[in-house]
Amino acid sequence: MSIADSSVQPDLSPVLSDGGQAEAAPAPGVSAWQLARRRLKRNKPALLFGALFFLLVALALAAPLWAQIADTTPAKNHLSDTIVVNGKSEQVVTFDGVPIAPTFQKKFFLGADSNGRDVAVRLLYGARNSLFIGITAAIITVLLAVMLGTLAGYFRGWTDAIISRSLDVMWAFPVLLLGVALGVSLALGGLQIGPLQISGGSKWIPTLIIGFVGVVYLARPIRGQVLSLREKEFVEAARAQGAGPIRIMFGELLPNLASTILVFFPLLVANSILLEAALSFLGAGVQPPEPSWGTMLSDGVELLSTAPHLTIVPGLMLVLTVLALNVFGDGVRDALDPRAKVRLEH
Amino acid sequence: MAPNSELLLDVQDLNVSFATEEGIVHAVDEVSLALHAGEVLAVVGESGSGKSVTAMTLMGLTRSPNARFAGSAKLRDLDLVTASDDQLRKVRAEEIAMIFQDPMTSLNPVHRVGRQIVEQIQAHRDVPDGEARDQVVALLERVGIPRARERFDSYPHEFSGGMRQRVMIAMALSCDPAVLIADEPTTALDVTIQAQILEVLKELRTRTNAGIILVTHDLGVVADIADRIAVMYAGRIVEQGSTDEIFYNPQHPYTWGLLGSITRVDRPRPTRLPSIPGMPPSLITRPQGCHFRPRCPHAHDACLAKPELIARVGGESGHTDRCVVTPERKAALRETDGQIGLVAGGVTG
Amino acid sequence: MGRFVARRVVGMLLVMFAVSVLTFLIFNVIPNGDPADRMAGKNSTPVQIDAIEKEWGFDKSLPVQYATTMEKVFTGDLVSYYTQTNVAEQIRRGIPRTFALAIGAALLWFAMGTALGLYTAIRAGRWSDTLVTVLALIGVSMPVFWLGALASYYLGFKAGLFPNGGYAEIGEEGLWEWVKHMILPWTVLATLFIGVYSRVLRSNVLDTINDDYVRTARAKGLSERRVMIHHVLRNSLIPIVTLWGLDFGAVLGGGAILTETVFDLDGVGQYFAESIGTLDVPPVLAVTLFGAFFIVILNTVVDIVYAALDPRIRLS
Repeated sequence: MSIADSSVQPDLSPVLSDGGQAEAAPAPGVSAWQLARRRLKRNKPALLFGALFFLLVALALAAPLWAQIADTTPAKNHLSDTIVVNGKSEQVVTFDGVPIAPTFQKKFFLGADSNGRDVAVRLLYGARNSLFIGITAAIITVLLAVMLGTLAGYFRGWTDAIISRSLDVMWAFPVLLLGVALGVSLALGGLQIGPLQISGGSKWIPTLIIGFVGVVYLARPIRGQVLSLREKEFVEAARAQGAGPIRIMFGELLPNLASTILVFFPLLVANSILLEAALSFLGAGVQPPEPSWGTMLSDGVELLSTAPHLTIVPGLMLVLTVLALNVFGDGVRDALDPRAKVRLEH
Repeated sequence: MAPNSELLLDVQDLNVSFATEEGIVHAVDEVSLALHAGEVLAVVGESGSGKSVTAMTLMGLTRSPNARFAGSAKLRDLDLVTASDDQLRKVRAEEIAMIFQDPMTSLNPVHRVGRQIVEQIQAHRDVPDGEARDQVVALLERVGIPRARERFDSYPHEFSGGMRQRVMIAMALSCDPAVLIADEPTTALDVTIQAQILEVLKELRTRTNAGIILVTHDLGVVADIADRIAVMYAGRIVEQGSTDEIFYNPQHPYTWGLLGSITRVDRPRPTRLPSIPGMPPSLITRPQGCHFRPRCPHAHDACLAKPELIARVGGESGHTDRCVVTPERKAALRETDGQIGLVAGGVTG
Repeated sequence: MGRFVARRVVGMLLVMFAVSVLTFLIFNVIPNGDPADRMAGKNSTPVQIDAIEKEWGFDKSLPVQYATTMEKVFTGDLVSYYTQTNVAEQIRRGIPRTFALAIGAALLWFAMGTALGLYTAIRAGRWSDTLVTVLALIGVSMPVFWLGALASYYLGFKAGLFPNGGYAEIGEEGLWEWVKHMILPWTVLATLFIGVYSRVLRSNVLDTINDDYVRTARAKGLSERRVMIHHVLRNSLIPIVTLWGLDFGAVLGGGAILTETVFDLDGVGQYFAESIGTLDVPPVLAVTLFGAFFIVILNTVVDIVYAALDPRIRLS
C-alpha cells in the first residue's frame, strides 16, 4: 500500500482470508448473516458511531435550512457587514482581515472566513460535497473493483494476467501522487469519456480520481476470493446445470462477495473523504469557490494564527466523520469475521 | 499392560467446557483415565467426541479465558488442571509431550527443523549448541529420517508429510518424556505412510518405558498397538477396557458401530461398509440421559436416565461401559451375520 | 536465491517501464486539450507553446512523444517553463530533506506500530486494548496536514517547544538543531501509520496465535515470552514488512507531500505540492515518476527480504 501521508489505507485485515464466513459450528438454524447481525447489535460503540454518521449526513442534507436561518448562502460575502454579538456591534471581517470568531448565534454561528462568508453554512454545504465525493467515489471503487476482480478471478488466464499486471502498475504509484497528478492534469483540460464531457472544475473530476485510485485495494482481495469461490461445489453445480459465466458471476459469485464489500465500504468512504481533503488541500480536488472540508481547511491553515476556528472547525468535522465511519466499519468487520471462535477438534 | 508399573497419569472426573456465542460447549464430561509406564492407552471416538480436547487439556493447551475446568489430572504429583503456567511449562516436553494431528502445519514454516528441536531441548536443559545438534541428529536418525545431518538445516516445507511427522515424533522424544500423547498422528497421512508412522510408535513403546496415549478416530489403527482402549462419545467415555475386551466383547452399541466401520481382513468383505446412522449430537444441547440414544437402534425408556460408567460384565477387571442393556441381551443384539456391527436388519436409526 | 533475485529485478524493470508509460498517458494523452499548452503552464505565450510543441514533438506519433518525454526526464534537462528552473536540480536539492523525514518517520512508525500491535493483541479484549484501539482509530482518522498544522502552530509557534517548521542542515546548524526540527514532522507523519500498523499487526498476531505451530511451541515448554517473540511475532511480522517497504518507498519518493508542506521542509514532496499550486506540469510529471520508481525499487527489495524471512517463498 503506497499512500504516503494521506492515510488512505483501508485496513486490509484478514476478513478476506476466510471470506467473512463464520465457520465455528453454528447453532442449527442460525445463518452466518444472522449471527453477524446479532454481533453487530451487541457492539454498542459501532452502532453509536454508525448513527453519528447518519446524523452527519442528515445535517448535510439540511444545509439549505440552516442557510435560511443564517440568512446567507455558502458563497455570499459579508466583508463589510457588521453584526451584533452580546449587545456589541462587531465587524464580520476587521480592517486587518481578521474574520469574526464563532458567535454561537444564528448568524456566523461558527464565525466567518476571510471573505466574510458564514463558516457554519459553508461547513454544511462543504459536508454535502465531501460526503458526496466520499460516498460516490467509494461506489465507483466497488463497481470497478468487483468488475475487475471478478473477471480476473473467474476467467483467469490472460484476462487475469492483464488485470493483475495493470493493478501492479497502479500499486506502484503513491496514491496521493497519482491522485494529484491526475487531478492537475484533468483540472487543466477536463475529461472526455465517450459522449460525456466533464469540465476541469467539476467535482466529478476528484470523485472519479478518488474512486479510481481506490480500486487496487479492493480488486486484489476480490480476485482472490473469486478464485477460491469458483472452485466451490455450488459453482460447479451451477455450471453443471448449464449456467453461463454471466449467470454464475451475478447469481453465484456476487452474493458471496457481499460480506467483503460490506466490510470495505465504510472504510472506503472514510478514506475517500480523507483523500478528497488532501487533494483539495493541495489544490487538485474541489475547485474554489465550491466549499468542501478540504478546501475550507486549505484556506483555514493559512490563517491559523489569526482565526484558528477556520482550521479547527472543519478539521474536527472531518475527523468526526471519518472516525465514525472507521469505528462503524470496524464493528461490521468484527461482526462478519468473528475471532471469538473457539477451537474444538478438527 | 503392566498393572504393576508406575501410575504416571491419573485423570479423575475431568470436565472441560467452553463458553461460546452459541452457548456452553461441554467438550469433556466426567472423563477418568489412568496411564501406567510402558502402557499404550488408545482414546477412540468420532470428531467432536472430546478426545482431542481431553488430550490437549492434559498439556494445558486448552486454557483460555472462556474455558472452564473441573476434576483433576495428576501427572505423578502435579495436578495438570490446577498447575500454574510456570509449573506447566516445566513439565511440558520434559514430562509430557505431544505429537499433533497435522504435521503440515504443526512445525513453524520459517525456522529450520533441526533448530526447532534444539529450541525445545535448550528450553529445558543447559546444552551447548553443538551438543544439542548432535542429539537432534541422533533423534532424527532414530525416527528414520535419512541423511539426518543434512536434513537438520532443511525447512519444514522441504519435507513430505510423513517425514514431518517423524520430525514431530523426534521432537516429542527429545526430552525423554514419561508420557507421550499422540493426537491422531496418522490421520493426515497416506495409508502407506500411516503404517510407517505406526511402526515408529510401536518400536518406541518397546524401546522406552513411556506411557503413550494414542488419540484416534480409527479403531483399526489401535488394534495391534494399544493395551487398553477408551471409547469416547459426545464428551463422555462410553466404554473402557483392554484391547481384547473391546474387540471381542464390546458392550456399548456405539463401540459396535465403530467396530462395524473397520474393514477386517480376517472376515469376508461385506457388500457395503456399515456406518453409524445419524449425526453426533451438538455439545451445546446434548440429548438427555445416554448421549447415544438418538442414534441407537436399541434405545428404550431406561436410556433417558444418565447411565453410569461401571463394570457390567465379569471377566477381567476394569472393563466398564455406559449402556444399561444387560450383557446377555447385548450379545444377542450385536451379532449380524456373524459380524459385530450396528446395522441390524430393518433398523435405520 | 540468485535466480529469484534476477527474476525480481527483471520484473522490476518491466513495471518501471509500465509506470513510465502510464505517467506519460496521464499527462499527455488522457486529458482534453493541447498538451503543449498544459506543459507551458499558466501565463504562457503562444510563441512559447509553439516552441514546446516542437521541442516535445507533440505533432509526432505517440511512441515518439513518449521517447522524447522520457529522454527529457532521464537526461535531467527537463525545465519548468513556469519558474524557468531545472527540475532535476530541484529534486536533487530536496532529496536529503525528504530522506531525513522518511527514514526517521518510517523507523518510528515501524517500532511503535509493532510494539502497540503486539501489546494490544496480547491484551485483546481488555480496556488497555480498547484504549489503544480507540487512539489508533483516531490516528487514522486525522488528515495529516491538519494534525501537522495544529502541532506546528500550537507546539511550535505558540508553546515554543519546537521550531516553527523549516529544515536545519546538520552540517550548518548541528545535529541537535536538526533533530529538533524533525521531531514534529516525524511524529505527525508516523501517527497515522502507527494507527494502521498497530491494527494490522494486532489482527495478524491474533490470527497467528491460533496457528498449529504456536500450539507446538507451547507444547515444547517454551516460555510465553519466547513463544510470542520467536514464533508469533516472527511470523506475524512477515506481511508487515511488505507493507512497510511499500509505505517507506512512497514516503522516500516524495509521497509525504502534506507533511513536508505543513512543516516547510522544502523536500521533493513540497516541490511537488508547490508545482501543483501553479499547475506546473513538468515537475509534477518528474516527481510522480520519481516516487513511483522508489516504490517499485523498494517493492523489489522487500520481495527479496521477504524471501529471506519466509523460506517458502523462494520455491514458488
